[in-house]
Amino acid sequence: MSENFRLDKIGLINRNKKISFKFNGKKYFGYEGDTLASALIANGVHLIGRSFKYHRPRGFFGAGVDEPYAIVQLYRNNETEPNVRATEQELFEGLEAKSVNCWPSVNFDIGAINNFLNKFFPAGFYYKTFMWPKSFWYKVYEPFIRKAAGFGVASTKHDNERYEHKYEYCDLLITGSGPSGLASAYAAAKNGARVILAEDKPRFGGSLLTSEVNIGNQSGKDWADNIIAELKGMPNVIVKNRAQVFGYYDHNMLVMSERISDHLPKSKKYKPKQRLWYIRAKEVIISSGSIERPIVFGNNDTPGVVLASAAKEYLKVYGVLVGKKPLIFTNNDSAYETAIEFKKNGVGSIVLDTRSNPDSEIINEAINMGIKIKFSHVIVAAKGYKKVKSAEIAKISEDKKDLDKLETIDCDCICVSGFWTPTIHLASQSGNKTKFNEEIDAFIPGQSKQNETTVGSANGIFSLEQTLKTSFEAGHEISKKITNKNNKVLVPQVSEKKFTQHDKFWCVPLPKEKNYKRFLDFQNDVAVTDVELAIREGYRSIEHVKRYTTLGMATDQGKTSNLNGLQLVSSIENKIVPSVGHTTFRPPFTPVSIGAIVGREIGKHSKPTRKSPMHSWHEKNNAVFVDAGIWLRPRYYKQDNESLFEASKREAENVRKNVGVCDVTTLGKIDIKGPDAAEFLNRVYTNAWLKLPVGKARYGVMLREDGMVMDDGTTTRISENHYHMTTTTAQAANVLSHLEYYLQIVWPELKVNVVSTTEQWAGAAIAGPKSRNLLQKLFPDIDVSNTGLPFMGYIESSLSGVQARIFRISFSGELAYEVNVESDNGEFMWKKIIEVGKEFSIQPYGTEALSTLRIEMGHVAGSELDGRTIPYDNGLDGLISKKKDFIGKRSLDRKAFTAKDRQRVVGVVPIDKKTSIPEGSHLVIDANAKLPNPKLGHVSASCWSVENNNPFSLAILKDGKNMIGKKLFALSPLKNKSIPVEIVSSHYVDPKGERVRS
Amino acid sequence: MLHIKCPHCGLRSQNEFAYGGDGTVKRPELNKKVSDKEWDTFVYLRKSPRGKHTELWHHVSGCRQWIKVERDTVTHEIFKTAKVNEDI
Ligand SMILES: [Zn+2]
Repeated sequence: MSENFRLDKIGLINRNKKISFKFNGKKYFGYEGDTLASALIANGVHLIGRSFKYHRPRGFFGAGVDEPYAIVQLYRNNETEPNVRATEQELFEGLEAKSVNCWPSVNFDIGAINNFLNKFFPAGFYYKTFMWPKSFWYKVYEPFIRKAAGFGVASTKHDNERYEHKYEYCDLLITGSGPSGLASAYAAAKNGARVILAEDKPRFGGSLLTSEVNIGNQSGKDWADNIIAELKGMPNVIVKNRAQVFGYYDHNMLVMSERISDHLPKSKKYKPKQRLWYIRAKEVIISSGSIERPIVFGNNDTPGVVLASAAKEYLKVYGVLVGKKPLIFTNNDSAYETAIEFKKNGVGSIVLDTRSNPDSEIINEAINMGIKIKFSHVIVAAKGYKKVKSAEIAKISEDKKDLDKLETIDCDCICVSGFWTPTIHLASQSGNKTKFNEEIDAFIPGQSKQNETTVGSANGIFSLEQTLKTSFEAGHEISKKITNKNNKVLVPQVSEKKFTQHDKFWCVPLPKEKNYKRFLDFQNDVAVTDVELAIREGYRSIEHVKRYTTLGMATDQGKTSNLNGLQLVSSIENKIVPSVGHTTFRPPFTPVSIGAIVGREIGKHSKPTRKSPMHSWHEKNNAVFVDAGIWLRPRYYKQDNESLFEASKREAENVRKNVGVCDVTTLGKIDIKGPDAAEFLNRVYTNAWLKLPVGKARYGVMLREDGMVMDDGTTTRISENHYHMTTTTAQAANVLSHLEYYLQIVWPELKVNVVSTTEQWAGAAIAGPKSRNLLQKLFPDIDVSNTGLPFMGYIESSLSGVQARIFRISFSGELAYEVNVESDNGEFMWKKIIEVGKEFSIQPYGTEALSTLRIEMGHVAGSELDGRTIPYDNGLDGLISKKKDFIGKRSLDRKAFTAKDRQRVVGVVPIDKKTSIPEGSHLVIDANAKLPNPKLGHVSASCWSVENNNPFSLAILKDGKNMIGKKLFALSPLKNKSIPVEIVSSHYVDPKGERVRS
Repeated sequence: MLHIKCPHCGLRSQNEFAYGGDGTVKRPELNKKVSDKEWDTFVYLRKSPRGKHTELWHHVSGCRQWIKVERDTVTHEIFKTAKVNEDI
């Protein structure tokens, strides 16, 4: 199919490069430099989708970010992306796109029946209708709404594209490369500031690309090109196109999304699809321009009704005619530029101007060119269903209330201009108190909260001369504050046409007996009647009207819909617009891919992975790993076809019978030094620390100030003023912060230093009755007998020449030792232990066996020390010193903490000695009691006791002390289990603790 | 994202810091008799002022020092930062 609406001699596209693409399965072609929108219009395609609610035909309305209709499903490189604006998507070879919001097809859409039933779809329709009966929601209403509405389909596949994040700092960030952005960037860069200039579109220049102006002795476009070329060559300037600054956050942090590969058939190797820039700017200049405002009239959503500025952009940038028989409907001078542009390219148009007798340079030029103008005329309604075919027009009275008789004229497009709305979104996001400007009947930025300045038409300045003058000034003054330099650049002379006053006319009255739909929000199908209804139903706040009617929601975010909506609310309410106020503009200004927000932090990169120095040995020996915080720890070492249960049972049994070795590198380790270290520990832990001799370890429990157990572990006195503290793996970081808090803030007089040494030491726990024999072979030079190295003893020695720390401590309840060497020697130590341990039948054991061993010993750990238990609850009340004060002690006097029937840790055994009790089960008296069944406690940890060969669990149980021997039920509704159990002591193995001391 | 001036390191982004709560709370002295009410106030009761608030932040991914920050809880404006042993 050949293009019918492309002109030969105008446009910035590359006519040497033809590009073929598909829309709704049909093949077309365009040129390099086209957008999907311009290429479709060149091919005469105006029906692009269906509207959200009424499924009315949708075409194009704008030519950029403000486009409310032309949202398509894009297919690129075997991926699909929803909600792509055809006006922003650049054409690439092989592009495929489809309409959204239509089923079964864009030309025949079943949902369009909503259009004929539209009296049933007023504002608040969804709220009112789909609420009752409740049971209908999932089965009937939701599927219906989902099928009939929505903007496209998200891919369920993994996104193989690469997205990157970048952090950048600059003196001045400038958002938009129109005349105001270029002028301020140039002035600031020449004055030595580090500048980032961001342009959303592929081409720099903004309005200079389409306007007929001269700057100095060049055309506006040439001036822009030259400025950009010069800026690009400056080392203190970063210039980015296809880069949208979409969010303005606290302390001048702005986020910009750069589209790097979206305009290519596929991303280049090692290049991301998009890059998200986090930019911390000392100052920001917002030069985001303005968006043309529609005028509201009947059927103003018909395909072929476009913004006058968009029609001009399609012509001047893409060489494309939106129509060959245009009607231009305006209340101001700028639309005449469009009429003149049409005329220059051989297309005559009729201009309907709402003003009665405007006199300006550009209107006189239009008249001289032979353009037909009808003053005091309005378009009452567009005619045509899938495309504009004609328009009903009428003369309007001076007071703009009465229409003369209707007249129909043929046309194939309507270019509408209701004046300009400054794009204040970023300024508003920054906290700027925007103010209403009567002259342009729009909001402009007011009092700044952060370091930002708005220039150009975003600030309500529509004359180029004024814009350049103030922008050069802004760039200079702001950079001067930062660089303390004073290099001024000359402001060039400008020749432009002066515009006369616009008419504050925004909505065409309905003629008698006609009920044309007049849309305010094209994207969300909000019509004048919807807002009227909302007001009638009592909604007053503009924020409420927005939510009830959906006006200005979704990607529109008040771009084209905003001011006309406010005008309507204020006119019904008999208020002025500024008192109605505008709704909050929220980031992002334009939609951002979730992938870009996530960046590279996906899959295994979503968090760092910590591995012990022995990790590769574990891998080679069939370890199955488990996440322990961000650590990877061996859960068990699989032999043949063993299950987790079989393997962990074998490993635990071997510890009880022979000797096992476990990688305990992940335990938190904190080095504590200083003359007041003992005093500090004495305040941190609940038990006494002042008299711990050098060469001894002690078990300690630390509390939070509210009396809850924070963590436990052993701390060893290495030398007079040097201690080695261990924490649980999970709490390591919190404990360090906790210690630093008390040392820096509460007791700064204590001379103590703490530092994390978790990664400096590799640790191996050697546990089991044969561990002493093994230790003796590993360290032949030292006395490891019960007197030479007693329980809780500490000694240093050399492991075949490697310095090692040996602690006699036990987590498993067996005779056990822990050996630490510097991390670099970790693997050497581990291999040595395995090698020497062979004759004692050593086996490595993982976290599952480790848990089994500690649970059946009744040794509390993270599942009991869950931040909701005090020492008594864990059977640790014996460790509370009565003689000294410590962190959290005062809280232990609380009434609830000293209650006679206070919860306490107990053991739980199923009566049948077979059924394992799911962790989290509730303990109750009566399994069949009426719900909610009173809960006495919960099962915190479960294992298969290798010592007794039956299931065993720990539980925190109300009045646990007096419950030993009682029979209860363990209920797990989640696992659908109800298990009769007996309460026993938590110390299921070696209750007197003889083995660790043997 | 806030930009916080660590008195030890200089201006850094918020993601290097951890929030540490009200910076005006004073822990009752050790070994001193403390009434239930006083202890309860220390452990649980915090003001939630609208406006200026002196708070603690911990430069966890930096120098690991706790610092004082005077911040507006509404506007996020940071008026002043100081070392913990300095008055703010
Ligand atoms: Zn710091």
